[in-house]
This record gives sequence, C-alpha cells and structure tokens, in this order.
Amino acid sequence: MIPPLLAAAADPVGSGIFLGWAPITISIGNFIVIVAMVVLFVAALFVPFLHDRDE
Amino acid sequence: MPDEKVVPEEPERWSTWTGRARGWMLKRLPPDRLLPEDQPSYVASWIYVFGMGAIASLVFVIGSGIVLALNGPAWYHVSALGHFVNSAHLWSVELLFLTMVVHLWGKYWMAAWRGGRALTWMTGAISFFASIGAAFTGYLVQTNFDSQWIAFEAKDALNAVGIGAWFSVTDLGQLLTWHIVLMPLAVGAIVALHVLLVRVHGVVPPIDAAESDAQLGGSAAVTVAEEPPTAPRPVTESAAAAEPALVAHQEVAR
Repeated sequence: MIPPLLAAAADPVGSGIFLGWAPITISIGNFIVIVAMVVLFVAALFVPFLHDRDE
Repeated sequence: MPDEKVVPEEPERWSTWTGRARGWMLKRLPPDRLLPEDQPSYVASWIYVFGMGAIASLVFVIGSGIVLALNGPAWYHVSALGHFVNSAHLWSVELLFLTMVVHLWGKYWMAAWRGGRALTWMTGAISFFASIGAAFTGYLVQTNFDSQWIAFEAKDALNAVGIGAWFSVTDLGQLLTWHIVLMPLAVGAIVALHVLLVRVHGVVPPIDAAESDAQLGGSAAVTVAEEPPTAPRPVTESAAAAEPALVAHQEVAR
C-alpha cells in the first residue's frame, strides 16, 4: 500500500474531474476556461462600453 | 507660442547612422503617434480592451516571476508567501492566455491584417506561440512530480527529432534559464514590436468602415486617400456632423 504522504506528493493537484462526449474528453478546469472565453467574447461584442460623464 | 510638433528632417541631411536611424524612426513613429492622447471613436468597444488586458496580465506574470526566480524554484514548497506568489504567477498566466485568446478571436473576425497591418498580425501570432513555449517551460520547472512526469514524457519526443542533446527537458538548470531568461526576452521583444506596429498603423477600424472615414489613420489612410499618414484623431461634434460615417461608428460603439 502506498503511504498517504507519497500518494499526495505523486498527485499534488488531484486527478480532477473530466467531462466526456463520445471521442472528446476535457477536464472541468479547461472546460470552464473555454466557456469563460466564449462568454467574454460574446459579451464584448454586445455590452455597451463605458463613456465619460461629459460625453 | 512655438509649434512643439517634431518635424522629421529629410533623410539626406543625416550624416551618421544614429541620425539616419532617428530620422527613420521619427518619420514612421512621431512622438504624438507613439504616445497618443486620443483614439478613434470605434475603439470605444469592449472587444478592443483585451489586447491591453493581455499586456497587463503579462506585467503581473513577469513581476511575480521575478520574485519567484529570486527566491529559487523550490521556495514555494516551503513558504506560505512563496505559495501565494506561485499561485499569483499561475493565475496571471491563466488571465494572460484568456485575454490573449479573446483578443485573437476579436482581431481574426475583424480581419485585423487589413490596411498594411500584416506584420502586426504576424507578430501577434508569433507572440502567442512564444507564450505557449514559455508556459511549457514553466510546467517543467515546478520541481515536483508533475514536472518530472512531463519532462520524462517530453524527452522521448525531443530525442526522436534529434534536439534532446541541446534542449534537455530533464536538466532543471537549463530549463530554468529558458523559462526565466530566454523565453521572457523573446516574448517581451515580440510584444514590444507588436505594440509599436499598432502605434505605427493605428488601431484597425471596423470592417464596414467607409474608406473615406476621416478617422482612418496610418497606412490604411495612405492606401485609400494617397495622403501622408496622420494619427487617429478624436471625434468632435463638428467632425461628426461633417462625416456621417463617424456618427455611424459612434452609434456602433455605444
């Protein structure tokens, strides 16, 4: 049996959660970042830009 | 009051290479275009923000990286402050790539290579790939089992293409030099050139901008109007009244 300390050192960030659709597999972290980029891109096109008060 | 605007002299008048270099630079990038106070109205859109977001992230990446480098690659294993700085380094890299990718998507869909901006586009692409290289070398200097695993997987591929003897991913000292010296210098130089080229040619206008738009500065204006390049100027009420296209852009920007 592997000692807990050695097991933690060998897998410092955990195995993570993976999503899968047929041949596609992606970690939940990467999936969140990609979704965030798409949301930001779409929002950047449609959200009104800030303007000065005197404008 | 004397006119303070710098007027570059004719190249023939320079007698030294430093003078010729100064004339060349002043002609292509006069101070008012290098550090402008205004931008065209079409820049008032969130999609134009992400390039500067990427640069701001890069500043944080370099700042946190300097602190990490000064304390050594194993510091963050034994220090709470080191752990924090290491995490700040990681998350600023995440922000750098996030903002850089949205910047890339925005510029791709507005065909930002238009108007003589091909070199600007190419330097942006090269800086993207150089950043990926810098990030990969960062994975290899974590000094943990993760970096060891990545290095021993990568070495076989690098040996297979014959460069393992010169680029040894299992050599921490060599990888640290790549990650904290060579790659930052490469990324910094390419990003600086990219920004200077943006200043030279001006921010790319919307794809449906009229060719007669008075705000089209830089080489695009030269191509269209056969006039000397002028820095993008702010929109005034009178200018907007005289040029309906400006009003259209303002409406789009709002």
